Amino acid sequence: MLYLFCPTCQRDCDETELSCGGQAHLIRRDHASSDKDFYKYQYERKNDKGIIFERWRHVYGCGKWFHTARCTITNQVFGSYSAKEVQPPKSILANIRRSRVDFKGWVK
Amino acid sequence: MKRYSFSSIFTEGFRDNLGWEKAWTKRQPKKEYQIIIVGGGGHGLATAYYLAKNYSITDIAVIEKGWIGGGNTGRNTTIIRSNYLQESSIDIYEKSRFLYETLSQDLNYNIMFSPRGVLMLCQTEHELRAMKRTSHANRINGVDTKMVTPEEVKEIVPIININGPRFPVLGALWQPRGGTARHDAVAWGYARKCSDYGIDIIEQCEVVGVKKKREKIVGVETTKGHIKAKKVCFVAAGHSSVLADLAGFRLPIESVALQALVSEPIKPIINCVVMANTVHGYLSQSDKGELVIGGGADGYNNYSQRGSFLHIEETVRALVETFPVISRLRQLRQWGGIVDMTGDRSPIISKTPVDGLYINCGWGTGGFKAIPGSGWATAEMIYNEKPGKLASPFSIDRFLEGRLIDESAAAAVAH
Repeated sequence: MLYLFCPTCQRDCDETELSCGGQAHLIRRDHASSDKDFYKYQYERKNDKGIIFERWRHVYGCGKWFHTARCTITNQVFGSYSAKEVQPPKSILANIRRSRVDFKGWVK
Repeated sequence: MKRYSFSSIFTEGFRDNLGWEKAWTKRQPKKEYQIIIVGGGGHGLATAYYLAKNYSITDIAVIEKGWIGGGNTGRNTTIIRSNYLQESSIDIYEKSRFLYETLSQDLNYNIMFSPRGVLMLCQTEHELRAMKRTSHANRINGVDTKMVTPEEVKEIVPIININGPRFPVLGALWQPRGGTARHDAVAWGYARKCSDYGIDIIEQCEVVGVKKKREKIVGVETTKGHIKAKKVCFVAAGHSSVLADLAGFRLPIESVALQALVSEPIKPIINCVVMANTVHGYLSQSDKGELVIGGGADGYNNYSQRGSFLHIEETVRALVETFPVISRLRQLRQWGGIVDMTGDRSPIISKTPVDGLYINCGWGTGGFKAIPGSGWATAEMIYNEKPGKLASPFSIDRFLEGRLIDESAAAAVAH
């Protein structure tokens, strides 16, 4: 069972309360964008084996979105941060580096 | 290769079974091949096999990171069916089911194909309507399925509870020619036959880099050294994105864990496959007597090969309501595999932005049933350097062009 911290409720929630929203920090595209850009936004998601940054929603709780850093191999979680952030905060990146020395940092 | 036959079993019986050969030869990589298949699961081996059988190409290496049959080919619930909705899916899945019928004879390896029938339950009005639509689509395209009434369901599966109360059985889509097969045997059978054709099967060899010259593939870098090739095909299921990253492009794929479990073995109680989409679970009984049970995929990307516990609970809880008789059974084993999900839940058999590099992936939660058909279509694509009739609808471009092949409702359970 995955336990994630909801920054709005300020408590840990288990997987059953949450819903995953996929890759975080995407640049949104709308109908005015080119087909290629829209395809990249809609389908070509990062699918990294290792550290990922993703969106979660506390559906059966406050209903608010937040961001999480997680390792897809071990499911180790490196902390949550506000959905308002446009890139992972330094504290989260430092958290990851503490256990993953080879972590190269966040790539857009 | 020594043929498996009644007479060979008979003669070996008199020789203490000392004359059997290893099913396939374990090879070290040569410097160069015409074609390299990355991924030694069912789809990869089938691709190599049909390249050799249909096009007489045997200068092929099948490279496997782990061991043959250790990935999703050995981790699925062994169900074979072709009751899909869209024409292009029906074509490839039905081709596959058709090839399964004679696969044991073709490979000279008993894959234990058992066309015991597949029953897809309808437990809501909406599902009933959707399944009727599927049954019409099947009929138009020559797939032998029909709708059956709740009473007929009870006759086919006497242990089922059709009265609910929460999810009464309102009908079912019945494909009598669907069924199961021994999954490991499919991989082993293909591997044995490939080895017999002279194809090199290289296990414990991971691809760590892709060599390109002006956007054309020239070889792969592996843990066993550099191997040159004119054509390369990635058939790596859940790890396709990792390989695509090495080749410098991205795929419209997300990898998630899907799990299955088996109960303790019991006497035969169910002689077909039952799928219950609404309550999220499906079950069949293996020849050993274990109930093979599958459920939903995890709701988030991961490569953990475990899956979350809550999905097991969800699956079993649902099945107990439909099959009250299994409520006291104990779980014997549980395992997970990493499945490659596309946006429309249909596979990708396609050329890639890199010249000479092909890809077969995106089978998501339903790849086992497609192994022969997928290998057939991929071999055709690699040989002709362009996808044939079976594969062309499944190109990567379809996502850009908006020509999706929506099969999100075709899985055993909604993922």
